Amino acid sequence: MSAQDDAVTTPRDDEAPALLQVRDLEVTFTTDAGPVVAVSGVSFDVRAGQTVAIVGESGSGKSTVAAAVLGLLPRNGRVTAGSVTLDGQSLLGLSQRRLQRLRGRVLGLVPQDPMTNLNPTATIGRQLVETLEDTGTASGKEARDRAVELLTEAGIGQAEERIAAYPHQFSGGMRQRALIAIGLSASPELLVADEPTSALDVTVQQVVLDRMEQLTAARGTAVMLITHDLGLAADRASDVLVMYRGELVESGPALTLLREPTHEYTKRLLAAAPSLASRRIEIAKQTGAEDAVEGDDLLARTDGHETGTDEPPLIRVENLRKVFPGARRGLFGREPDVVAVDDVSFDMPRGRTVAIVGESGSGKSTVARMLLHLLEPTSGRVLLEGQEVDARRQADEIAFRRRVQPVFQDPYSSLDPLFTVFRTIEEPLRAHGYGDARTRSQRVYELLDQVALPAAMARRYPAELSGGQRQRVAIARALALQPDVVVCDEAVSALDVIVQSQILHLLADLQERLGLTYLFISHDLAVVRQIADHTCVMEKGRIVEQGPTDVVFDSPEEPYTQRLLAAIPGRSLELSL
Amino acid sequence: MLRLILRRLALLVPTLFGLSVLLFLWVRALPGGPAAALLGERATPEAVAEINRLYGFDRPLHEQYVRYLGQLLQGNFGTSLTTRRPVMEEFTNRFPATVELTIWAILIAVVVGIALGYVAARRHGSLVDNAAVVASLVGVTVPVFFLAFILKFVFAVRLGWFPSTGRQSNDIDATHYTNLYVLDGILTGEWDAAWDAVLHLVLPALALASIPLAIIARMTRSSVIEVQSSDYVRTAVAKGLRPPRVRNRVLLRNALLPVATTIGLQVGLLLSGAVLTETVFSYPGIGGFLATAISSADYPVLQGFILLIALVYALVNLAVDISYGIIDPRLRTR
Repeated sequence: MSAQDDAVTTPRDDEAPALLQVRDLEVTFTTDAGPVVAVSGVSFDVRAGQTVAIVGESGSGKSTVAAAVLGLLPRNGRVTAGSVTLDGQSLLGLSQRRLQRLRGRVLGLVPQDPMTNLNPTATIGRQLVETLEDTGTASGKEARDRAVELLTEAGIGQAEERIAAYPHQFSGGMRQRALIAIGLSASPELLVADEPTSALDVTVQQVVLDRMEQLTAARGTAVMLITHDLGLAADRASDVLVMYRGELVESGPALTLLREPTHEYTKRLLAAAPSLASRRIEIAKQTGAEDAVEGDDLLARTDGHETGTDEPPLIRVENLRKVFPGARRGLFGREPDVVAVDDVSFDMPRGRTVAIVGESGSGKSTVARMLLHLLEPTSGRVLLEGQEVDARRQADEIAFRRRVQPVFQDPYSSLDPLFTVFRTIEEPLRAHGYGDARTRSQRVYELLDQVALPAAMARRYPAELSGGQRQRVAIARALALQPDVVVCDEAVSALDVIVQSQILHLLADLQERLGLTYLFISHDLAVVRQIADHTCVMEKGRIVEQGPTDVVFDSPEEPYTQRLLAAIPGRSLELSL
Repeated sequence: MLRLILRRLALLVPTLFGLSVLLFLWVRALPGGPAAALLGERATPEAVAEINRLYGFDRPLHEQYVRYLGQLLQGNFGTSLTTRRPVMEEFTNRFPATVELTIWAILIAVVVGIALGYVAARRHGSLVDNAAVVASLVGVTVPVFFLAFILKFVFAVRLGWFPSTGRQSNDIDATHYTNLYVLDGILTGEWDAAWDAVLHLVLPALALASIPLAIIARMTRSSVIEVQSSDYVRTAVAKGLRPPRVRNRVLLRNALLPVATTIGLQVGLLLSGAVLTETVFSYPGIGGFLATAISSADYPVLQGFILLIALVYALVNLAVDISYGIIDPRLRTR
């Protein structure tokens, strides 16, 4: 089953006929610049009870396919060719009334972002009950009881009380469970799950997906899973379709496709996918044996402070603690204080990468902000070359900031939209009084070259750049003042895997050439493994485990670390590779 | 919530105190003064001095203010220089008329504004939408008194469809309980009186409603456009809700949250718009009376009326703030 055409069009004889048949689907968007074909020539089947995954990066058209199947294309989008049939009935060209009757009962949706997909002004229970009523599944008291049942099934405890809660009172994981309960409430034949867990922490992701799998298996629901994560697709689906620039480039049974990818893009996707098996990106090996030996030397020193080596770390973090006062409550009361970071200590040896991993709320970003002097610690200190920087002395503070620079998570919001790339990179040079206009300009082009952006990019605005290009600009800006330390707070989390891999290689390359020291904050263990020499695992404000990255990953001691590692999607893929 | 209300009420005290000082100085900075207004242009300096001595306007400012503040603290707003009646009495006599006018204006602005904004948003980019956008722009920019004059001239003077002045025709003998004439007419069953009051209200209420109507329509339009492309509306459609439920419970409910804020702000502004409208239509509310008080430099009326209006404005705003918590569950304190 290596040739894609076979997998797509020939139904296997021993299987039941397909529930959903998509043939030569083409979707066109009308834009100001004229019609744009977003999806073309896409054909696939989903059989009853089967889970099929569509994998691709953002902009590949995978969500557009889902929207076309559900009849939920935005106003400017239209199916311009092909057919979509469910149980032999065409879904295209149905009236809104006919479609409304199919929705919920035949076609279910679990949408992408749990934060934006629930009605903020209605209780969770109300949102379930109205679905049950309008799909004719249940009404009145019966609907309410059924809502409680559905929430319980979806893994929400004390559903009897929680049914009265509003979405903002739920965590992201609970909201996604509620959305799964809503999507399955009228027992649809086909459930479209559009990136159902990409906004969730890895451990929550696993639990939520497990629950969804159980529920759909029990109901015999077919699932069309849309995801950017190849590992997750391989874990959860029997068949995988790979989309690239609006076209289906490869499809087939999950394991076959991952073992013997035929299309160039699938190969690149596989090569770029960070996974547990991946090792640290070793630029040293390419640049020569001498460097590699030196690298090994430094690696041995990584845990110097534990064994008492005299080489001092570039940055030493000592017993850092941050307490946020609790929110006011009632007339005089206060909620208990929140200990965001508790007794965190680690060393950052020069020229090495220290990573902090943890789930959202673990305090990892708070540590980063304290290290950047953006937040004052409640107690503890940050030493740069053994010296504590006095935040009250402005000159020291400025000198510190010159040496320690940040790269933040979201390349879409961390660049000033009104600044050109040139101005963004030049700004820190100007602020710190670096040279005259000519030398600054030279430096900007030098930096663009270092991050592998063409000089012509200098005149562009952030809106004209892709996510990866923006993150390169952010890195160039951080490097402008030749810092010693770069703090990368989830710097690659918002990027597609291939771009992510490119940025990680860029970071490794820059480290090698410029001798940079990184603090790398991430929730993604697979990424951490690729870049870090030393890994700290944080849970609830504390470092529960730290050590050389290989040791932490290969023989984790703490149950929490073991749980985190076990939750990474794509483990099955690795074991079989 | 109680804590919030108490704090806001406590804040009123320094606000009103500060305002009383400003008002006191402001009315005395007006050209002319009560003596000149009373005696006319050819008054002798002796007569002016005599009047000023009579009312105590010859005393030093701080002394006058302390005396005024002392009266205020006893709930005494002084006596009008022109009508010789207590300021408080003049206010309570006229205030219901203004309240009635404001309520009608708000009703028109909210109902028509939301409907217009909603229709425009649902037909986003169409002729209807563009017309609504232009109309609301005109509505915001045309001065209230100008619109009032036009309405009066066309519909009252030329066409004679509506009465041009007052609250009630002279030939109608109505019983009044609340001094909200339409409500009184309905309560007593005097339908002719109620209808007559409605006819008197139409033109001034329309003039007064124009600006808030335009603002509410624009706000509704942009809010509906935003919410109708939101993820949760899409999800509501995808889960199989019937279109009326999607429209009313999901789309409108969420789209109207920011509109509610706007409405709250407009209620306060209407009180100032009422001054101009009431003057044009000789409508016997506080606005018209305030306008005459300015020209006759009636210090006690100006000070007292504006202080009372400020108090009402502050209370309305507080009520609006409290209502947000009821409308938007996210703002409810736990």
